[in-house]
Amino acid sequence: MEIIMSVVIGFLFMAAVYLMLSKSLIRIIIGTGLLSHGAHLLLLTMGGLGGESPPVVADGVSVSDYADPLPQALILTAIVISFAVTSFFLVVAYRAYQELGTDNMELLKGTEDHE
Amino acid sequence: MSNLLLFPIIIPLIIAAALMLFPNKIKMQRLIALLGALLTLISSVFLLFKVYNDGIQVVTLGSWPAPFGISMVSDLFSSLLVVTTSLIVLFVVLYSFPTIGIKREQSFYYPAVLFLMTGVNGAFTTGDIFNLFVFVEVLLMASYTLIVHGGERQQLRESIKYLLVNIISSALFVAAVAFLYSVTGTLNMADLAVKIPQIENTGILTVIAVLFLVVFGFKAAIFPLYFWLPASYHAPPMPILALFGALLTKVGVYAIMRTYTLFFTMNTGFTHELLAIIAILTILAGCVGALAYFDVKKIIIYNIIIAVGVILFGVSQLNEAGVQGSILYLIHDMMIKAALFFLVGIVAVIFGTSNLRKMGGLMKTYPVLGWTYLVAAFGLAGIPPLSGFPGKLLIVQGGFEGPQFWGSIVILATSLIVLLSAVRIFIYAFWGEPVETKPLKKPAYNAMLFPSMILVAVTVFFGVGAELFMPFVSGAAEVLLNPSLYIEAVFKE
Amino acid sequence: MKTNDVMLQTVTKVVTFIILMFAVHIFFAGHYTPGGGFVGGLLTASAIVLLMLAFGIQTVKKIVPVNYVVMTSVGLLLAIATAAASILFDVPFFTHAYDYFDLPLFGETSLHSAMLFDAGVYLVVVGVTMTIIQTIGEDE
Repeated sequence: MEIIMSVVIGFLFMAAVYLMLSKSLIRIIIGTGLLSHGAHLLLLTMGGLGGESPPVVADGVSVSDYADPLPQALILTAIVISFAVTSFFLVVAYRAYQELGTDNMELLKGTEDHE
Repeated sequence: MSNLLLFPIIIPLIIAAALMLFPNKIKMQRLIALLGALLTLISSVFLLFKVYNDGIQVVTLGSWPAPFGISMVSDLFSSLLVVTTSLIVLFVVLYSFPTIGIKREQSFYYPAVLFLMTGVNGAFTTGDIFNLFVFVEVLLMASYTLIVHGGERQQLRESIKYLLVNIISSALFVAAVAFLYSVTGTLNMADLAVKIPQIENTGILTVIAVLFLVVFGFKAAIFPLYFWLPASYHAPPMPILALFGALLTKVGVYAIMRTYTLFFTMNTGFTHELLAIIAILTILAGCVGALAYFDVKKIIIYNIIIAVGVILFGVSQLNEAGVQGSILYLIHDMMIKAALFFLVGIVAVIFGTSNLRKMGGLMKTYPVLGWTYLVAAFGLAGIPPLSGFPGKLLIVQGGFEGPQFWGSIVILATSLIVLLSAVRIFIYAFWGEPVETKPLKKPAYNAMLFPSMILVAVTVFFGVGAELFMPFVSGAAEVLLNPSLYIEAVFKE
Repeated sequence: MKTNDVMLQTVTKVVTFIILMFAVHIFFAGHYTPGGGFVGGLLTASAIVLLMLAFGIQTVKKIVPVNYVVMTSVGLLLAIATAAASILFDVPFFTHAYDYFDLPLFGETSLHSAMLFDAGVYLVVVGVTMTIIQTIGEDE
């Protein structure tokens, strides 16, 4: 299971890097979304996959049959944060598109000296 | 257990949330924001003295015992930084009144500043590495709002890059935390300091340490990860720039200082030498930028990068003088950068441009501004007895006592470049033939000059009276150099 | 171009209420099982967005006249106040109080102060999501 997860994470990172290197802003935003998904899955996998075991220690459950709840709490927090950041990024990108008239990163290069 | 250490985090949070209720009443906004910053400053000073008298303060949120719950830890180092942060936010709020403009004030400017303050104070106080991530995200979120605040063309363009860089570094942060958790099984900093020396495989830990250096390096703008900083910081208006320049990079610096003294000490021969080399390269890269530009904002922005290098070099030596110097210099740098941005902001308003070549001859019309700027510039370069001197002296001494003595030589040499870059602004803007200036009303000028002068006065006091602050600084350095003090305090709860 | 959206509007009238009920369920389920203020808030926001898609932003503004920024602020204050109340009792921040009560209709119910915090989260999530969507959707 860990191996499958590692491959998935690697694929997500690969796709994210590919998308973030493109010129279109919307692709870059999707890329950042994939990047944070990859990071969240990595956090979950690294914390140890508990399989079907519950994240609470009840009576009669030995510690070996118990899934670590901390990574789940951590990625929940990280997901909420990346949700907020991605939506903010989308709003900024939309405003920038309205104001600057382009979503092509090639045209967003440079500083005010070049205007 | 004392909830006092949470007050500098909660007060700005509550005030910011309350300020969102009535965005259009500017007088109320100003008054309450100022009051909030003042209350935070008072509570943080109380906290500093409580920590100084009673030792390290710890609260574990939700009453969960130490390694399981989130610990909030206030030692002298973090409480000193919290006091400095609160002081700077207070002055930035004061400076914003005449400069930021009514339109921005009506669209949640003050709440964003206070949210930023919450994040920065929280990041300085937390004792849990994932909680550090959360507070860093809080302050980044506020900084995203501030950098794009007002929605000018340049701001929109630069904020996209700023957002992208920070999102990538945040994803790396999560990945680094994941690796650390899988190796150690804990995220509490004190617990990490206990567990890490027990792990025999230091190779993987060294990789994780370097990964964290990259993550925090993005925030702290170390070489070669500083590329995003000059353009992004150039975009927002001056009070926001002062806030960013004084506080944001310092959170990254603090995180490096904390992690590299508390628990990433298993392979100092590699990690700390790397840190020293990167610090020196950061200084050199900053110097090149500071000399290359003829834009007053850019010159000071590159000086931020230089200062980051100087502070990190002190930490990398891991000896008493070096760490003490780093702490002193960090506090000095936060204040002096805010003061310099304030003063340069006034100059830019007077000329209507930030291009040095279009300035000149201010000394006749605005002598007070000129002399204040000169004092601040000397303070930046570390001319005794001003505030940059004691910190730099100790860092250089630490370098000579430590393994990388050549670093101290570079720091001494680059001090001259720092002085040159800062005095160049003085020469071009205040000397020479008078250039036509924009009309500036006397009350507005005074309202801008007043907070700047007080802040410069505070830095002068910090330099001249460095002896007064030394007990605090040496106490802070003691905790950094003896992780056992920190660990005991956290687990005593 | 005017599209024929009778189907969407008819379905929306029913589905919105189902989503809202489900949101309330999820919110309370968060007590011991998966769910909570964040998911509940997102579901509520999605119900309102569905209304907006079917009937247009202006119409929805008339039926749900809420200032979402104020809602966010109130939610934040509620959440912080719940957490900060522990300071008054001189226990660490975020410590939550709970007890079991015999309520009419519900029988024995456990009530937690954490639920007030979650209600704050719920308000913040609805407020923030709707603010974002309104900002993008308004200027067409």
